[in-house]
Amino acid sequence: MNEVSTPTPGARPPDPYAGERLKESPFHPRQAALNLREAWSSWNGYRFAEYYYDAEYEYFCIRNGCGTYDITPMQKYRITGGDALAMLDRMVTRDVTKQGIDRVSYVLWCNDEGRLVDDGTIFRLGQDEFMLTCGSPCLAWLRKSAFGFEDVRIEDISDTLAALSFQGPTTCSVLQRLGLEGIETLKPFGIRHYAFQGMALMVSRTGFTGDLGYELWIDHAHGLALWDALYAAGEPWQIQPYGEEATNMARLEAGFIMPYMEFNEALKTVHFEHDHTPFELGLGWLVDFGKPHFNGRRALWAQKQAGPAYTLIRLDIEGNKPAESSWIYADAACRKEVGYVTSAMWSPAAKANIALAMVRTEFIDRELWAWIDYEKELRQYGKVARCTVRKKPFWMPERARATPPPAV
Amino acid sequence: MDRFDTLVIGAGHNGLVCAALLARAGQRVAVLEAGPAPGGLAAPRAFHDEFRAPVAHSAGHVSTAVAAALELEAHGLAWAQPLPLVGLGPDGHARVIQGESLSGATVSDAAAWPDFHRRLKTFAEALAPHWLQTIPRIAKAPLAELAVFGRMGWSIRRMGREDMREFLRQFALPTRDLVDEHFEDEVLKALVSWDGLIGSRMAPRSPNNAVLMMLYRMAGRAVRSPANLIGALEASARAAGAELRTDARVARLLLEPVEHGFEARGVVLASGERIEAQRVVSSADPQTTLLDLVGARHLEIGFTNRIRRLRCDGLVAKLHLALDGLPDFAGLDRPAGRIVLAPGLDAIEFAFDGSKYGELPETPVLEVAVPSLDDPTLAPDGGHVLSAHVMYVPRHLRDGWNDVARQTLLERTLDVLEGHVPTLRRQIVGHELLTPADIEARHGVTGGHWHHTEFALDQMLMMRPTYEAAQYRTPIHGLWLCGAGTHPAGDLTGAAGHNAAREILR
Amino acid sequence: MKRWDAIVIGAGHNGLTNAAYLAKAGLDVLVLEKNDYIGGAAVSRELVEGWQYSSCSYVCSMMRQAIHRDLDLSRHGLMLVPYLGTINYGLNGQVLLSYHDEDANHNELKRLSPHDADAMHRFEADMSRYSQLIRKTLMRTPPDPTSFRIRDIRELLFLARQFWTLGEREIYEYIRFFTMSAAEYLDDYFEHELIKASMATPGIIGTALGVESPGSAYILLHHVMGDVDGNIGAWGLARGGMGAISQAIASAFLAEGGEIRTEAAVGRILVRQGRASGVVLENGDELAANIVVSNLDARRTFTRIMAPEDLPPEIVEKARNYKIRGSSGKVNIALSGLPKFLNVPDNRYVNRGGQAFIGNMETLERAYDCWKRGRWSDDPFIESVIPSAWDPTVAPPGCHWMSNFIQYCPPKLADGPWTPEKREAFGQTVVDKLERHSPGFKDLIVHMEVRTPHEIENEIGLTEGNIFQGELTIDQLLFNRPFPGYAQYRMPVKNLYMCGSSTHPGGGVSATCGANAAREILMDLKRPNTVPEDDCYDE
Repeated sequence: MNEVSTPTPGARPPDPYAGERLKESPFHPRQAALNLREAWSSWNGYRFAEYYYDAEYEYFCIRNGCGTYDITPMQKYRITGGDALAMLDRMVTRDVTKQGIDRVSYVLWCNDEGRLVDDGTIFRLGQDEFMLTCGSPCLAWLRKSAFGFEDVRIEDISDTLAALSFQGPTTCSVLQRLGLEGIETLKPFGIRHYAFQGMALMVSRTGFTGDLGYELWIDHAHGLALWDALYAAGEPWQIQPYGEEATNMARLEAGFIMPYMEFNEALKTVHFEHDHTPFELGLGWLVDFGKPHFNGRRALWAQKQAGPAYTLIRLDIEGNKPAESSWIYADAACRKEVGYVTSAMWSPAAKANIALAMVRTEFIDRELWAWIDYEKELRQYGKVARCTVRKKPFWMPERARATPPPAV
Repeated sequence: MDRFDTLVIGAGHNGLVCAALLARAGQRVAVLEAGPAPGGLAAPRAFHDEFRAPVAHSAGHVSTAVAAALELEAHGLAWAQPLPLVGLGPDGHARVIQGESLSGATVSDAAAWPDFHRRLKTFAEALAPHWLQTIPRIAKAPLAELAVFGRMGWSIRRMGREDMREFLRQFALPTRDLVDEHFEDEVLKALVSWDGLIGSRMAPRSPNNAVLMMLYRMAGRAVRSPANLIGALEASARAAGAELRTDARVARLLLEPVEHGFEARGVVLASGERIEAQRVVSSADPQTTLLDLVGARHLEIGFTNRIRRLRCDGLVAKLHLALDGLPDFAGLDRPAGRIVLAPGLDAIEFAFDGSKYGELPETPVLEVAVPSLDDPTLAPDGGHVLSAHVMYVPRHLRDGWNDVARQTLLERTLDVLEGHVPTLRRQIVGHELLTPADIEARHGVTGGHWHHTEFALDQMLMMRPTYEAAQYRTPIHGLWLCGAGTHPAGDLTGAAGHNAAREILR
Repeated sequence: MKRWDAIVIGAGHNGLTNAAYLAKAGLDVLVLEKNDYIGGAAVSRELVEGWQYSSCSYVCSMMRQAIHRDLDLSRHGLMLVPYLGTINYGLNGQVLLSYHDEDANHNELKRLSPHDADAMHRFEADMSRYSQLIRKTLMRTPPDPTSFRIRDIRELLFLARQFWTLGEREIYEYIRFFTMSAAEYLDDYFEHELIKASMATPGIIGTALGVESPGSAYILLHHVMGDVDGNIGAWGLARGGMGAISQAIASAFLAEGGEIRTEAAVGRILVRQGRASGVVLENGDELAANIVVSNLDARRTFTRIMAPEDLPPEIVEKARNYKIRGSSGKVNIALSGLPKFLNVPDNRYVNRGGQAFIGNMETLERAYDCWKRGRWSDDPFIESVIPSAWDPTVAPPGCHWMSNFIQYCPPKLADGPWTPEKREAFGQTVVDKLERHSPGFKDLIVHMEVRTPHEIENEIGLTEGNIFQGELTIDQLLFNRPFPGYAQYRMPVKNLYMCGSSTHPGGGVSATCGANAAREILMDLKRPNTVPEDDCYDE
């Protein structure tokens, strides 16, 4: 007989709006105190700063000094077991078997059609122990990917592992002062484990700014203690939190792609042509056909032979009006539309009007023009601007790769 | 050892058809059968002393085109009149459908029958050629292949306007709605519905697939017995030069990485023996082939998850009774044909309901045959075999299969039988009850499903078993499918094996 | 005797919409209604002083904005307000809230299942893809696939093209979705019982199918393809109750010079020389018209108000076989206060949403099994809304009005016909389940109206009380609705049309059936079309 659905009386949550409110990272109390404009947005259900007082100032902290960016809302999955390596290697397009222990790699994973599901990083923490991080939830895809592999455990640790991105030229000095011995010898994409005030602290030399920087990983319970110690150590360098806006500026200068700007996640895209392959995103170098099998291989192989219809390129655009949402044309008369801008801004570091644009591949070596709409005192104007394709990122300082980094 | 052109996994009827056709085309072919004899679910097996029975107790719609292509008549195939479909109600009175004729029906049902049957026959004839065609991918096939859809449309249009309209309405009807529109007698309604339901996860009220199954089963011709069909197929295959190896269980495929994925280069047997070939054709079910023999890690993530999600759980158990004499059904002179014991549509529906929750039917509905009538070799002198398909028995019971559950099912089934054969329990000298789980274990058919995977609109045509493996090709280059899990479906027709061979030879 | 250009039988919202568009084209139109109120199933009446009962339909999302805008329904008093998410009640006190806000919703799903919180994004993208395709067909006349007329071929090509633009993979996925059961389809996405069941409930509302029946996934879509202000899947309340929709359309119709007669039940449609020529009322009055439009369901139109000798015999047969099954009940309750439910926070957002009392997938399916056996489940699925939490006009201040929709309720009981006692017992089953989730609920009840399929049929004339005027299964959709060959609103008798939910695109307060029928009628009359094209696609 059917169970009758009788509820048992339970305690009501004390805050009737608890469900509507956003989750808070362990760093929130300190960040809230510093968020002078109460400028919050949300990310994966967490409250998350757009900026604290002045996005441009925060941007220069990244380029000129140091700043922290709360990446606790990022999704983190612990993947362990004898088949974990094989499972990940089949899922992502890069060869994970070549990745050393305590190394991080930037990876992409695609659906069967070779369309990008998401990008993220794999932390190899042991022979059979990995952490995968990414911008939005992907547990369902991970589970699907693990089907057929017997010895794999996947654990969503997003809400238990706190993370702070610490970026800028003075970060190494701050971490040294914090007492992280030998941090200056940590190479890019390396991982080091510390006992910090008796707690396990993981430091990786990674980031999303194209500059020198680290990411600090610690259990939620100890997040605040880490924050306080880091801010005490960074005080001489005027350590400063920064938000989404400054991050977005820094990543664009570094030429990094952003979900929902440069690409849609293939599994969550309504129209089948509105998602992208790695080749279209200029990330073909992350697809390793030398390894045995990975998801999307057949489709990607076909696209590699045929070439992608569109390619994401970096543009240096004349003038100083950011080409946000601009169309790209093959002629100055704007008759032949060949692409569109995905992200654009004035780069304070490069002193250039920069953009990322999706352009039909056959036109990327020809002359390109952008139609830029802009506003002056409420009047709308438009202009045509010549675009120059740049092969290298707009910002790629030596210090980002030097080990040890230059002392500041 | 020389390389084979083709290895066929499984000597079920589709595997034999495919092997025979390839061998006739000049290929060097070996059929690898895990069991001791060919035939799969159609092969008679001893279940009690000298009593034998196959899981499939009739072969009612074998493809004539396949039989002709393989010259099966020359190899001993015996065509037969289709077995009558006999509905026995609680009133002890038989309604009999034999081909186009109906007897034992009420006046009004008898009057409705000719029109009803004519229309279904029109539909069935329009569809019949398409069971033997490869249904191409919608977008990526060349125009010449896409013409299949045009021909299909034309077959339907050619029925005439009214019949076409009715086809577009009726093909997705639940059988209950279809028969309610024409008939009044519940026993007859159940009987007419029967071929739309048995072997699938369908009940009289379930929309979408049942009528198509009825139409599928109206194509082709009846053969004397499943064993006769298998014998002819085996003879034809051997005559064409195909090798048949029994007790040769395939453990896995030999895969070779290539730029775009993998190529199949042969198989490794459970014994460890490697056999190389240009290609491998599997008549095993899609889950066994792709998940066990190939392995998910060699395939795409979305694809393997679609294979995993195929609905492969069978719902038919099989009861074999060894009897000391002919069972005497009340209302029948002789228990010939397929005797359906389902007093009405509700009885079928209610028997189905429990299966949704992993429960046994309180009162099972059955299709019974006495195959020893047509094939005396199945029983010792004087003895008979009663073979019953027991609907709807879940592959996975809520509390798992155990002796208590099996005993319960046996008793409930015998109770139903006893209602029609009062002396039955005293006649039993031995029995065998095969749950879908047993059929899976003994025959290597995932879920024990008659069609390897549900015959349903979402697993049909260019989506059978799933897109990207539906034209008998798989994502593994050189690995082909030819079993019931491909278009059109299962039952002893030979169509899937035939279609696969044609694609391979193309 | 006056001869009307057109008579529309039944002042339900589709009949009124049809009449409004005919009147807009300059026709002299009369709408006849058997009840003393208009609106059919989109109706609100003050059954108790101070309480406006939307006795039948209770929420709205399919109303086409193109029609709303074109008939200027806002000026005629219509205001559609989206209501906030639904609370889903599972077994043993488990609750799943659905929040209007994306992040809050994500957190809530993640609380039950991190896997499903992720899967939901894919589910939503897929639903919106399928919705977009279906939505484009709503305000178009289905093609006749047997016809070689240019218009039919053009419409078939339109459908084929829409299908084609999905891309190969999604075409397959679409076929799967269209034909699978809600349970099997949702298994592709979700693993948590309550999340799955919550998503499955739209697949059974109003239909004689279960979550395990093939085809129920499409019904699910039928309930999520609507929108409020472009938010696909959102549901809205009509300020003043669902009757406000009918009133606004009626007002638009009257403003075009139309006439409505209530308490004017049609006894028979008159047919002279193979043409519809008017109607005879049950009181014997004869009214003449050039065109007769029936807003009644297909079964009722051809078997109740037409003489068999006026019809081709196969039509009577088709009408008898037309599947129109009662499967739903309604319990409407006037409350002296806002009920509080166990295990949910008491806040303004939550209180302005709906409640779905589910259990799990098995509870839903077992309730269907009961329906098959001619009884109701003692643990039925109840979808509730308390519109008064949002709409100040439907109950006295501080008091509330609650609509409870129950799936399943059989039109015929195994133990004989419906009686007032059985009806009360059915209502009691519902109230008992509510009381289990809201102790003290019964004490708040001021008045209660229980509607089984029996009442729904008797009062508003929906055969068997089927809310869609006919099942939404493949055999009765698109060019099969209501019957193959008669899906273009024209009926087998000349000058006779149908405009109810028995026609494409089917049930729901969408006004599309009425508008589509008007377009066809005006085409036959060679009058300029007054019906707008649907220009409110979201892409």
